[in-house]
Amino acid sequence: MSILHTINKSPFEKDSFQTCLRYAKAGSSILLIEDAVYAAREGTDVSDAVKAAIQDKSVFVLLPDLDARGLNSNLINGVQSVDYAGFVKLTTENDTVQSWL
Amino acid sequence: MSDEMLNEEGNVQRTKKFMYVNRKAPYGTVYALESLEVVLIGAAFEQDVSVAFIDDGVYQLTKGQNTTDIGMKNFSPTYAALGDYEVTKIYVEKESLEKRGLTVDDLQHLVWEDEDEDYAEKDSIKVVSAEELGQIFADQDIMLNF
Amino acid sequence: MKYGIMINEGPYQHQAADTAFNFVQAALDAGHEIFRIFFYHDGVNNGTRLTTPPQDDRNVITRWSKLAEDKNIDMVICVAAAQRRGIVDEGEKDRNKKDADNIAPGFRISGLGQLIEAGIQADRLLVFGD
Repeated sequence: MSILHTINKSPFEKDSFQTCLRYAKAGSSILLIEDAVYAAREGTDVSDAVKAAIQDKSVFVLLPDLDARGLNSNLINGVQSVDYAGFVKLTTENDTVQSWL
Repeated sequence: MSDEMLNEEGNVQRTKKFMYVNRKAPYGTVYALESLEVVLIGAAFEQDVSVAFIDDGVYQLTKGQNTTDIGMKNFSPTYAALGDYEVTKIYVEKESLEKRGLTVDDLQHLVWEDEDEDYAEKDSIKVVSAEELGQIFADQDIMLNF
Repeated sequence: MKYGIMINEGPYQHQAADTAFNFVQAALDAGHEIFRIFFYHDGVNNGTRLTTPPQDDRNVITRWSKLAEDKNIDMVICVAAAQRRGIVDEGEKDRNKKDADNIAPGFRISGLGQLIEAGIQADRLLVFGD
């Protein structure tokens, strides 16, 4: 069964991001929402971890949350932007959703 | 427990696998207590229930909690009742324990009675690696994270 | 597809209720069904009609009430969480001998079993929280 993992915490504040990466299996999808969207940018302390995740998982970022925070630029190559319709679609394409709060 | 049950329309419905994932320490916030309340209510629905404790969630299970001087209710004894509610699959992540300098001996000894084996007392807590727990997560229908 | 939605944070304090609302809108727009929205933890504060946000901000509470009415969505506030936080309907007011109720239109107060039932009945259960 495939899992959609959502993370809503800044990787610089809480360990939700690290724990999600520990649990997300190859082939699964990760969606960054709310304060987790900061992880989608190039040149941060966690960009290497995100790039490593992209090797065998799909990483998405919720564009409206990125826009809201004024940082919709310099995204890590391979991080895919989705809107809310895309968020809904991801939940239909996976069997379960795990929210890393 | 059968694998099937009747839903409101009288149709046969498969039992679902519910996993409650606890990642927060007790007392500092209410999540641990109210998560436990969900698990107890959920136990009455004859579904396949598991509970996992990872990250700061492992602090929920420490033994010897004494809240007298903070004036809050000590709800830790309730974990020991989970076995009576037939919640017998309690997973604690090994890496989270190690990172916090804890071993299973620092945690409450939670047990359940196996009626198929003359009510033999069995350990509820299984210490598992993140890798093993990830496999268990992959098999769930419902993931409730607290 | 049939969705169950769990909301665990209050309005204005945390984005969870906004994210959940936007998700629900998008799911309905895509033709999906929302089986139930269940409010837990501080999420029960989404259901008090006494909230008065500044006029230039969104009104999270009336937005939920309108959604419930327009789309006939079952919105349930957990009774145990509500009692702790002072969210009261007429029944709770009488039962606990309070001098007022404050529940917003479109919400109802019920037990945690409603959440478990949503998990059983829905195809997907999503948690929005902190």
